[in-house]
Amino acid sequence: MDRRSPLHTGGHRRNALWIAAMVHRISGLALGLAIQGEAQLDGFLKWSANPYVKLAETGLIFLLAVHMLGGLRVLAIENLPWREGQRRLAVVAGSAAIVVAALFLLSVVI
Amino acid sequence: MNVRLYILQRATAAIMVPLVVAHILVIFYATHRGLSAAEILGRTRGSVGWGAFYALFVLAAATHGAIGVRVVASEWTGLRGHRLDILMWGVGMLLATLGLRAVIAVVL
Repeated sequence: MDRRSPLHTGGHRRNALWIAAMVHRISGLALGLAIQGEAQLDGFLKWSANPYVKLAETGLIFLLAVHMLGGLRVLAIENLPWREGQRRLAVVAGSAAIVVAALFLLSVVI
Repeated sequence: MNVRLYILQRATAAIMVPLVVAHILVIFYATHRGLSAAEILGRTRGSVGWGAFYALFVLAAATHGAIGVRVVASEWTGLRGHRLDILMWGVGMLLATLGLRAVIAVVL
């Protein structure tokens, strides 16, 4: 008999809401690494014109947006009455963050 | 995580929602016009408003990040008890120091 509980089969890892929680956690950890000061501003700005840096900045915008939207999701779950469609909300939050990041990339490339 | 840390984590998150939205809007506005040190410093130098905005942002982010790292460490590593608190305070102080240094550099 298979005595493994659903939590130990790995099946939960394919659940959209588990993925949403992980994206929230990983994006939070990554944002922590991004907070730092810059003294030589113009030298830094010249460096930031590099396309790879622009891509990295796009990634940061995505992390910030997805972490904030994911956090709003958590606050809503904890403080508002439960509602159906949590999976759809998580997908909307992820998609909105992708759109914001893509708009940023477009605005610095064009 | 005790109740105080839990509430502090949620409170700093709620404080940062409008700050993050404003931050992203400023990023769009500033980068679209092309970045220059003169333009950025012209906006921030001597500005009490921007100084207060970013100082509040840094303190909220440092607190939020430190508590978040404590939660992740307690779930994903073997760290327990006092060591978790040392980690949390270390991360919080580091983030606050780096962030406030940057705020001072562009405001003063």
